[in-house]
Amino acid sequence: MSSIGTGYDLSVTTFSPDGRVFQVEYAAKAVDNSGTVVGIKCKDGVVFGVEKLIVSKMLLEGSNRRIHAVQRHAAMAMAGVAADGRQIVSRARAEANNYENFYGDEIPIKELCDRVASYVHLSTLYWWLRPFGSAAILGGYDRDGPQLYMIEPSGVAYRYFGAAVGKGRQAAKTEIEKLKLSELTCREGVKEVAKIIYGIHDEAKDKAFELEMSWICDETNKVHQRVPADLLEEAKAAAKAALEEDMDAD
Amino acid sequence: MFATGIAEEDRKGSYVDRSISRPCNFEISQQSPVTHTQYPYVTGTSVLGIKYKDGVLLAADMAGSYGSTVRYKSIHRLKAVGSHAVLGASGEISDFQQVTQYLDELVLNDYMWEDGNKLGPQEIHSYLNRLMYNKRNKFDPFWNSLVLGGVENGQKYLGVVNMIGVHYKDNHVATGFGNHLARPMFRNEWREDLTLEEGVKLLEKCLLVLFYRDRSSINKFQIAKITEEGVVISEPFALKPNWDFKAFHNPTLGADGSW
Repeated sequence: MSSIGTGYDLSVTTFSPDGRVFQVEYAAKAVDNSGTVVGIKCKDGVVFGVEKLIVSKMLLEGSNRRIHAVQRHAAMAMAGVAADGRQIVSRARAEANNYENFYGDEIPIKELCDRVASYVHLSTLYWWLRPFGSAAILGGYDRDGPQLYMIEPSGVAYRYFGAAVGKGRQAAKTEIEKLKLSELTCREGVKEVAKIIYGIHDEAKDKAFELEMSWICDETNKVHQRVPADLLEEAKAAAKAALEEDMDAD
Repeated sequence: MFATGIAEEDRKGSYVDRSISRPCNFEISQQSPVTHTQYPYVTGTSVLGIKYKDGVLLAADMAGSYGSTVRYKSIHRLKAVGSHAVLGASGEISDFQQVTQYLDELVLNDYMWEDGNKLGPQEIHSYLNRLMYNKRNKFDPFWNSLVLGGVENGQKYLGVVNMIGVHYKDNHVATGFGNHLARPMFRNEWREDLTLEEGVKLLEKCLLVLFYRDRSSINKFQIAKITEEGVVISEPFALKPNWDFKAFHNPTLGADGSW
């Protein structure tokens, strides 16, 4: 890497001569190596899916969550360094709570995204701080309907129809683009996301994984909920069947 | 080597301001303690609560009195807390609203664990006990008597906390005037196996008596029902009072010096 040894990659407060901040780019790398995280916005809500890599067989099933509720009507799926992610979630909860106490209404997802992005950005402005090594896919359902945002370690945030981060993001993005998101219901969306995550996972190369899924949609009364066990099993079965079919076709 | 700006920030004691901004930051005088929060302004009167066969019933009227003036007539004094509990409050209405906000926060934070557990009436009552006792120890109490009714795993729960942190559970409870007027009636007529109809009838009887004798009470009530199925808080309703009691005909009789 050309940046190494030049001295421009040591601090987040120093630009390189061609205008880059290497520390922030390294933080983005930490995110790129993580298990894939997918979020899609359907016509009646948002669906999150996480390929949670299992670091040890001795772990209790369902531990080390990567999807966190931030409010009744909002949640975040985190990619990258899990501990950094929790810090961001904790701030997001505080912001949501503070907004509600101050204005007496639940925080709009757009506002929540702005505030969290500002917080993440803050860590790229001081030499004594390290940028967050994680990205957040923030989804929610407010008076403007379901929305999806992604916040990156640099502090930038965009609104998406469908977003993917982590190892398999490229493949995931091409799969999301094939979906008709404006017509898709969340119930269908759960299966599609499961298919995508099972599809991008390389069983031979990657560690074992657990599929973590949640949604916020009309069916859940616009409240964040983990996808019910029976639906999750159904989606997993469908995803595995789709994989088999692909294998046979090849 | 270091810019002077850093020393400046160092002196302030924080390198980065990570706090959430709070635009309302009133400076509190160090000279004399705040006392204006130590007395109630707008108050609600009695709350009644009983267990019955299938759950718990709470009842209250909808008045908010400013001193002795019945200033507000649509105050909701029964509030659902989570899915299987209701909080009823007499005393300072704004303090009750504050307590309510704390509880909403508590329930939300509990919900966000998404672990399938949720706070039951027992835990909520315990939280309220700590809250009320803690506030009273700061000589700035929440000026309320709170009644908490709920159901958890088939267990009925009915408890009280007051402004100095005294708390207890019972099969039937009442706050304020209700302690004097409703509880004797409960003691006579309450049974473990009251049906819903009998329970509501008993509460309505007590509400009427309170309406006759408690000048802060109004004829506009709500009744909350908590069962295994969840919480139902009724629409406001009025009862049919009867002022035709013999004792009312000549109220000054036997009361020398009265006009």
